[in-house]
Parts: sequence; C-alpha cells; structure tokens
Amino acid sequence: MTNASNDNHLFRPNSYIGRTVPRPNAKRLLNGRGNYTDDTKLPRMVHVAFLRSPYAHARINKIDKNQAIKAPGVVAVVDGHDIAEVCAPWVGVLAHLEGMKSAEQHALAIEKASWEGEPVVAIVASTRALAEDALELIKVEWDILPVVTDMEAALGEDAEIIHESLGDNLAWRRTMDAGDVGASFDHAAHIIEERYISNRHTGVCPESRSIVADFNSADDQMTIYQSTQAPHMMQSLFAKHIGLDTHKVRVICNDVGGAYGIKVHAYPDEFATVALSYMLGRPVKFVADRRESFLSDIHARDHRIDTRVAVTANGEITAFEIDDWTGVGPYSAYPRTSAMEALQVLNFTGGQYRNRNYKGRATVVYQNKTPMSQYRAVGHPIVTMITEGMVDDAARAIGMDPLEIRRRNLIADDAYPTTSASGLPFEKLSHQASLDKLEKMINYAELRKDQAAARERGVYRGIGIATFIEMTNPGVASYGVGGAPITAQDGATVRLDANGNTTVAIGVTEQGQGSETIVAQCVASALGITLDSIKVITGDTDVTPYGGGTWGSRGAGIAGEAAVQAGKALRENILEVAAIMLQTDADSLDICENNVINHRDGEVRMPLSEIGRICYFRPDTLPPDFQAELVATRHYVPRQYPFAFTNGVQGCYIEVDIETGLIAFKKYCVVEDCGRVINPQLVDEQIRGGVVQGIGGALFEECRYNDRGELLNGTMSNYLLPTMTDVPDIEVAHIETPTSESELGAKGAGEAGTGAAAAAIMNAINDALSPLGGKVTQQPFTPERILSAIGKI
Amino acid sequence: MTTEKRLISLSVNGELQAKIVEPRMSLADFLRIELELTGTHVGCESGVCGACTVNINGQTARACTILAVQVEGDEVTTIEGASESGEFRDLQDAFHARNALQCGFCTPGMLMMSAELLTQNSKPCRQEIREYLSGNYCRCTGYEAIVDAVETVAQTRNARVGEQDD
Amino acid sequence: MKPAPFDYVKPASLEEALELRRRHGAESAILAGGQSLVPDFNQRLRSTETVIDINGLSALSSIEESQDMISLGAISRYREIETSALVAEHAPLLKMAIPEIGSPAIRNRGTIGGSVSMADPGAELPACLCALGANFELARAGSKRMIAAQNFFTGRYETALDNDEILTRIDVPKNRVGFRSAFHEIARRKTGYAMCGVAAHGKVTHQSVQNLKMVFFGTDDTPMLAVNTISVIEGCAINDVPPAELDAALSEDLHPSDDTHGSAKLRMHYAKVLTRRVLAQFVSAHGEE
Repeated sequence: MTNASNDNHLFRPNSYIGRTVPRPNAKRLLNGRGNYTDDTKLPRMVHVAFLRSPYAHARINKIDKNQAIKAPGVVAVVDGHDIAEVCAPWVGVLAHLEGMKSAEQHALAIEKASWEGEPVVAIVASTRALAEDALELIKVEWDILPVVTDMEAALGEDAEIIHESLGDNLAWRRTMDAGDVGASFDHAAHIIEERYISNRHTGVCPESRSIVADFNSADDQMTIYQSTQAPHMMQSLFAKHIGLDTHKVRVICNDVGGAYGIKVHAYPDEFATVALSYMLGRPVKFVADRRESFLSDIHARDHRIDTRVAVTANGEITAFEIDDWTGVGPYSAYPRTSAMEALQVLNFTGGQYRNRNYKGRATVVYQNKTPMSQYRAVGHPIVTMITEGMVDDAARAIGMDPLEIRRRNLIADDAYPTTSASGLPFEKLSHQASLDKLEKMINYAELRKDQAAARERGVYRGIGIATFIEMTNPGVASYGVGGAPITAQDGATVRLDANGNTTVAIGVTEQGQGSETIVAQCVASALGITLDSIKVITGDTDVTPYGGGTWGSRGAGIAGEAAVQAGKALRENILEVAAIMLQTDADSLDICENNVINHRDGEVRMPLSEIGRICYFRPDTLPPDFQAELVATRHYVPRQYPFAFTNGVQGCYIEVDIETGLIAFKKYCVVEDCGRVINPQLVDEQIRGGVVQGIGGALFEECRYNDRGELLNGTMSNYLLPTMTDVPDIEVAHIETPTSESELGAKGAGEAGTGAAAAAIMNAINDALSPLGGKVTQQPFTPERILSAIGKI
Repeated sequence: MTTEKRLISLSVNGELQAKIVEPRMSLADFLRIELELTGTHVGCESGVCGACTVNINGQTARACTILAVQVEGDEVTTIEGASESGEFRDLQDAFHARNALQCGFCTPGMLMMSAELLTQNSKPCRQEIREYLSGNYCRCTGYEAIVDAVETVAQTRNARVGEQDD
Repeated sequence: MKPAPFDYVKPASLEEALELRRRHGAESAILAGGQSLVPDFNQRLRSTETVIDINGLSALSSIEESQDMISLGAISRYREIETSALVAEHAPLLKMAIPEIGSPAIRNRGTIGGSVSMADPGAELPACLCALGANFELARAGSKRMIAAQNFFTGRYETALDNDEILTRIDVPKNRVGFRSAFHEIARRKTGYAMCGVAAHGKVTHQSVQNLKMVFFGTDDTPMLAVNTISVIEGCAINDVPPAELDAALSEDLHPSDDTHGSAKLRMHYAKVLTRRVLAQFVSAHGEE
C-alpha cells in the first residue's frame, strides 16, 4: 500500500490536484472545431444504410435485392449470408456468470429477425440518401412469428421460444441467501411488501453511434474511426471477428458526442460496416439516424422487483428480500453481456446498511425488444430505488423520520473495513458524515416546517432522501475473469520533448467528462510542470498504451493513477540526467514549474528545455556509459479491492400539483464521496449531469412498446428528455475519503448522480402524497401514475 | 425518380458560395458536406434537439428543417463564422470557464441561441434563460452550468454598458 | 434519414404558385415555414414529387388591420405574430398561445398557415383560431373561397384544403369590448407538446360569460368546440358554475384517446382542470376592473 506520505508532489500547495482548471480541449468544441466521427471524410468513401426488421419477431423467407442493386449510386447490397462469410458471429456470455446462455448473433440477421430494428440488409451507396432510396426497392418476404414481450410471461409454458437451441427464454438466474432472513421476518414488528417497476429507457447520445471503416487491402490494414468508449476493446473484437491480426486494426476515436455507456458495446451494424469495408476495400461510413438509434442503441433498466423488508419497532432493519426480473431483448449484448444490471441489483441492494440478513433472486429473460445492457450507473438506479423505497416504507410503518431510520441503520463511519450482507468489501465509506452534511445543506428541519405549513394551505410538498453506494474503479473481476477482451488496467506514457514540453498518451478516452484534463493535472503535479506545457493524447490504439477506455467510473481512479506513476517515473529519469549535468545528487534536486530546482531551497538550476536540448541534441556531452530516457510508461490496476465503492446521499424537496400530477423541484442537494477530488468543477458537473439523466429516467424517459413488440415512441419528439426548464439547480458538496489503494486516492464520480436521483424523487413524491394515501413505485413517475395513485383519475 | 439539381448562391460566414445541390438536401447537410463546416451538428433531423441551430439573416433557425435551396440569397452564420468574427467570444469564454459543455455536440447550437437571447433581452433572469434555451437538448451538463455562463455574460455586458454610461 | 427526392419550385407570384398547384395537385406539397413538413420529409414519413415554396410571396407575409378584423398572411411567422402590436391589441389570444410553441428558433421560421394546414391535433393555433371565429382564405387558380376555422379542420392532420388550393390568409375578428381570452395547456415537460389545452374567448361580465367559444386541443382529432360545456357555463352565474354539470358536459363534448403521452382518462381529467382555470381567470380578470 502506498499513500501520500512518500510523495508530497501531488498534494503540495501548487499542485493541480484538487484545483479547478478549465478543460483545454473544450476550446475547440466551443469554436465548432470538434472532430466527431461523422466529420470524417475520406477519399472514395461510401455510405451504408440498413434495412431493419419492421417486426419484433419474423422469419426471413426471401430477400429480393435485384432492383436495389441497379439503383443509382448503389455499390453493394449485402444480406446476412453474405456478411457472415467475412464476419464471424458472437455469443454474449461471460464465464464467471455461471449458467448464462445466449444465442449466436450475426452482424445481419440470417434466418429470422428477433427485434424491431434488427439490421437485415445493408446497402452501400455513394451517398446516404441514395442508399436509403435503394432500401425502398428491397423486397423481403416475412413470416410473422409470435412475440415475447412480458418478462415473466417469457418463462411461461406456452411462451414462444425465441432461440430454439437454448430450450427456453431464460438467459441467467442467480440467487443469494445471507444471514437468516426467515427468522428476521418471523420476528419483525412490521413487514412491508412492495412491487417496484423501473421502465426501459436509453442513453440518447446527442451524437448518434457513428463509424467509418477504411480497409486498405494493399497492406492488410483496417483503420476504423469510431465514436466509442473503448478503442482497444473494439480493436480486439473487430480483429477477432473479421479475422485480422490485432495489430492490423487501428481504432481511432476522436471527439465523442456523448456516450454514457451506450458506446461501450459492440453493435451488429458497426460490425457490418467494418465487414463491408473489408469486402469492398474502401472506406464505408455508418451514422445511425435518430430512429435507428432508438431501435438499436442499447436500452436499459427494464426491471420488475418484488421486495420485502423487515423492521423492528425501534427502527432496526432486520432483513431485505428481493425478487428481480428483467427482460433484455433477444440476445445478450456483446461482449459485456446483458446480465450485469441484474447482477448488480442482486449484489448491491441494501449495501449501505448494517443489516446482515439478505435474500435475493435475479432472473434475466429473453424477449423480442431492443437488446438491453449497460447504461450509465448500471443497475444502481434500480438498487437505490428499491433499497431506499424499502427504507422509507419501513420508516412510514413505524412512524419514524426518514433521516432517523437511516442514521440508525447505515454502516457506521468507524466500522471499516467491512462487507455488505451480500459480501461486497468496503474499504472506507462515509455514510454518516454524508447524511449529516446533507441534513444541514438542505436545511432539513426548516423544510419539514415549510412542508407542514404548505399542507395547511392544501399544497403538497415532499422531501426525498436517498443514500447510495456506487461501484467505481472496477478491477479484473468485472469482465477480465469472464474471458472478455476488456482490460481493467490502464497505461500512460509520458514523454519530455526537446523543448521541455510533455506529451502524455493514455488508454482512457475522452467523452467530454474531462479525462484528458485530469490526466494532465495528474502528470503535471507528479512531474512538477505547468498544465500549459502538457498535451494529452487519447483514443488511438496505434498510439496509446493499452487501456480499457471509459466505463465503470474508472478514468480518474485508474487512468489518473497510471498518469501519476508515469509522471513520477519520468521525474526520476529527468533528475538522473540533471544530477549528472549539475554534478550533484539526484535526491538533492526536484522539478517545479518546468525547472529543475534545488530540493532544499527551491533555487532554479535549469529549465526542462535544457534537459531536452542536451538529451536529444547533445548527448555527446553526457557520460559515454549513460543513456537518458525521457519517456516513461506506467500501468495501473487496482488489486486489493475488486472495486472502489463510493457513497453519498441525494436529497430533494418537491411540490406535487395534485390537480395535474406535475412536479416542481424546490431544492436539490447531493453529498458525494468520490475520494480524492482532482478537479472540483469537473466532479460537480459530473454529478449535476448525472442527476439530470437520473431525473430523465425518474420523470420522463420510457421506451414504450405495444404487445406486438413495436416501439411506440422512437423519435426525439416522443421520447421525452429533460429540457432546461424541467430540471433544478443542484447543490453539490463532498466528503473526501481517499482510497489508500492508490497514491492518488481517487475513486469514480461519473455515475453517482444518476444512481440515486430516481430514488430521491420517488421518496419525495411519496412523502408529498402521504397525507392523501397514495404512493408511486413505477418509473417514470408520470402525472398519470401520480394522479392515479391518489385516485384523481 | 430523378430530380433537377439547382444552383444556389448565398453568403455563409461572409463568404459568397455557389453550389449545385439536390433540392432534398437540408441546410445542415449542405453546410456539413458541401462546405465542410462541420461545426453545425445533426442530432435528430426533426427540428427537436437544436444541435443544428445556425443564424439566417440575423435569426436563429434549425438547419435540419430548412432545405439548402431555400436559403438562396440569404446570409448564414455558423459557429465557425461566429468564432472567427469574435461576435460572441465572451459567451465562449464564459462557457469555457464555467465548464458549460462536456461532449460539445450541443454547444454550437447553445451558443447560437444564447447569443440571440442576449440581443433580445439584455437582463434575462435564470428562468428566462432556461425558457429561451429549452428547445436545445444537452445530455451531459444538467444545464445549470449553461445557465450560469449565460447569466454571467449578461451581467458582464451590462456592467460594461454601465461603465460607459458613467 | 434523408428525404426521398423531390423537385423544388419557388414561384415569384401567387398566380404562379396557384398555377403550379393546379398542375401538380396531389403530387405537390406547399412549403411554408417547413418546421413540420421538412422533418416529415427527413424521416420519410411523407414524400412528394414537387415542393412549392411559397416563402417568396411577400403578399402572404403581411399582418394588416381593417375595420373589423386583422388579416394575417399565411406565411406570417410565429415570431412576427408574437411581437405584433396589432395582434397584441386585437387578438391577444394568439399572443398568449405562441410562447408555448416550440423553441424560439422554430418560432423564427414556423408560420401560422403552416400550422393550420398541418392540422396537428395537439397544435395550439388551430384551437385559438377556432375560438376567435377566424376565417381562412383558400385560393385556387382563378378563384378564392372563405371557410370558417371550425369547418377547416376535418380530421387528424386533415383539412378542407383541396390539392389544388393554397391557404393564403387568415382573418381574425377584432376583440370586442368586454371580451376576454384565456389560454391554458398542460404538457409533460414545461415547454413540450401539450397533452391537453384550451383556448377560450367570450364576453365576461361580473355576472356571467356570454358568447363563449371554448375550444380544446389534444383531446380530439380536431380542435373541439365544447358546445355542451359552453351552454352550462353561459347558463350560470360566473361564480356558481356547478362542477358536476360542467364535468358531465365535458364528457359529452370531448372524445380523447390514449397515446404515448397520456391516457384518455388523463386528458379528460385535464380538460376539467383547464376549464376551471379558464373560469377562475375570467372571474379574476373581471375583478381587476
């Protein structure tokens, strides 16, 4: 274990750690000089459009391509059989999810289509418009098959089996039984049962999924420009399924217009695009339009959970029990699978509480809807909704204040290290300190008074509190052990150039969250240089060290630590040269603000530009047996803990209009503990943006299907995203409990806002409605559901 | 079906342009593909998200809901032009300082709308800012930083006007 | 998606436009503001052979006053109507409704003629124009006809406009002494598409409301004049409209259906809530005098 004591560079007064600095790379975006994948234009580039299944489940009897191939501008018309010759199918399972099964999935459907929107035929043409014109000339003969839509009916005896080879529609099931749940329920003062429903929603990246694949057959080189979170993972997958050596595939990820987990998956239409470039030997571009995005981007959070909680008369929670069902579409997503949400619901529920009695079951089934998988805060919004819903249920049953019941049951701040009932290891969390801070921040006592006074006037206001845990800094346990080419480690290469400036190449990627900025802050602080002398390079598999990219709130904690260690290593290398040049001991020197200085008195001895000049242009002046190394690479992966859990609490005060069922936010506060805060502004904006995505799921967003498995609202005007007038200003505060596993001490912050928002809002609505005897437990908490809960409609 | 392409001429960012286009081409695609002004982004092609907002003859408009052939003779300003002229440099600086953007995809449209708001209402309150920009989606920031940045610029501009008056 | 191909013509005069319309008929589409039409093209929800762009017809863009009415050219932009002093004085209902439509960037382009021709059942202006008793001028080569707003809307996205006609002008009677307007809508999102809305206009005294036109949108296929509801309201003292009768009348007047944003039940509930808001506004407006 390392800690701050053996290196004070990170935390000395002029360090960039803990300091708000603006993102240097944001300037080009502000000037319209971003470089998103659709901005890529290559010689001889052609465009692909996909014919997608109009049915949720249908056999493909015949595809007539004859008219389409003759249409103006058309270069190729390709179906599932054609593409299968160059792109091998995949199965989205992982070895550590024992018993999981999924069917073989192809880039283009071959025998049948299994969801509305599954790609079936690809048309390549000189423009996207001409490709779309030709799509209208394709004739497909379909046999419409019965559909499976409801998750519980999917396992019914008379259910249509989507993939006969699997025998049934069960993807995966796991149970857990810790402590003695039975005894706890037997002795409980109150047992509260409830069904919670979290409805499907999706990420809606402003920039839709986009890819340009450019296969050069002369040197067998595939260059792929892709809007992705995980370039190295995609490199491995494209190489594997097209049958190229990995070093023959280069994935370049320039600016990404939002990802949120949606762009961490391998999609059939993107495999098809790469395969088409391989077949045609020229660049092929695919940019999903908005309709395609709604039908083919990963969906998430479609869960139905029956819960039971036991509480004693004095407010001790003595058992949680859950039965979680989720329907994940017809295929498990590749390569992360579609079982992680359910796994996390099973593992994380109740994890912030002392209770040791926990029983759960998670059931993942296949159905004929768009595939589901990971989206920002995977499983956490569901976990927090049911956990904090159960805790509020318990508090109401015994007439205890919601803050008080939490105070009595949260794991105490001095109890660490410890584990949850489900066995999660917690290094150190700060539930109590966070709750105390939130209580003051939101002015809880005053709000209760205001609430009471408002009720006198017939105005219904409610306070919602949601404590949470959040998984960040995932180690190899998440995917690597399951056999997926998903690395948990990240690497940084730091290079001093001839003029004394520094270039950092790093495996993590930038989606606007500020990865490049915090990496620069880490390197600058560790090395002793100014931020303006650093350039950070991300998103190019030919250039950066091998890394996992952006997922699981890992950028700051894992890539940041790699950057720190690389910066330190380069500092040692530089000081070794400087010591020779200055004929002194390296230990007596240091680097500060781009100069080599005396460690003792801070006197400037020489600028780094002089080190660069000598090492690169006049190495003859150095001793003959000495070779300077002005490049250093370091990698980092957490080993001690499988993940670094963070914690926090969200609180909101809302008013429910009981005539319209509409909600107005009056206050929204978040206390969050992500360990060491590297850039306070960037962390706060992650929290705010995350909360607003959580508000989207809580109040507006819902992929609505009919019983034929057809998506009813797959347009930007019918799928409701939160707009500027729908969301509040959000106050954010921090407790800092650094992880001692890394020198930097940072944990992740990108998903915490999203994870608890729905729970806080649900609890606030139910607090507001409590005098009327109504309660909502189904997301999104629409006016319809609220009015229905209080008997107004 | 074949359709007749048309020659259009217009001013984009102060430069005269003459191009032959298909009638079905949107202004957004025209700017991006024909003129390589890729700062105008296409997010929904249905006028809902606001990522393609540009300025036509002094007013904001959604470039995905306008055909390129319609802007014959018009003056179009995109984010590239506004950046080069510096007409809302203070907004760009405030967005930068306040981190009022993350992925940046919505940002050109947000800036176009913010600039228009401040020409019409020099002292907007936070709610007025939120209402004026409510047709522009941002999925990253949670919006508060954008409101802060626009509010800051309004206050700074007013203070400057106040100094001139003194 | 990109639109299916079409030809494009931009006539310089109304006569030319009408001749093009006569020639192309059902195979043509009129492009005004384009804020709904072009998105429909982009998503290939609609296609046409010939787009007739009427934005060059300056005669269709004026807002003018005559003795009894104001006349809005069909391509008057939302923004022009929103900021027009004539509209503010003589047809304040329109000014109340326009801020609820889309983004300012949409309002810079969208036109009143486009809105009514699209006949979106959730749109604000068709209901307002019905409540105000507006008349629409429809022109075809060689002739013109006037049609009352209430008769223009024939179904969801369907109007009385023939394939060889162009909507050229909208005449709105000037507000008369003692008349009040009210406009309310309820949307899932504050600036979003309304689940239910109402435009109301009538003569308000301290005792009662008379000559009331109360038109709902978002509930039926077309803007719906709530005749039974109006008769209940007109038949009572303004402060004493019996709620049960009001609700029963609304249930007769309106025929909402389910869609992705709300159920029929919800829309009917909202119609009741909005009716009370209109009455409350009329009462308080009168109290101010």
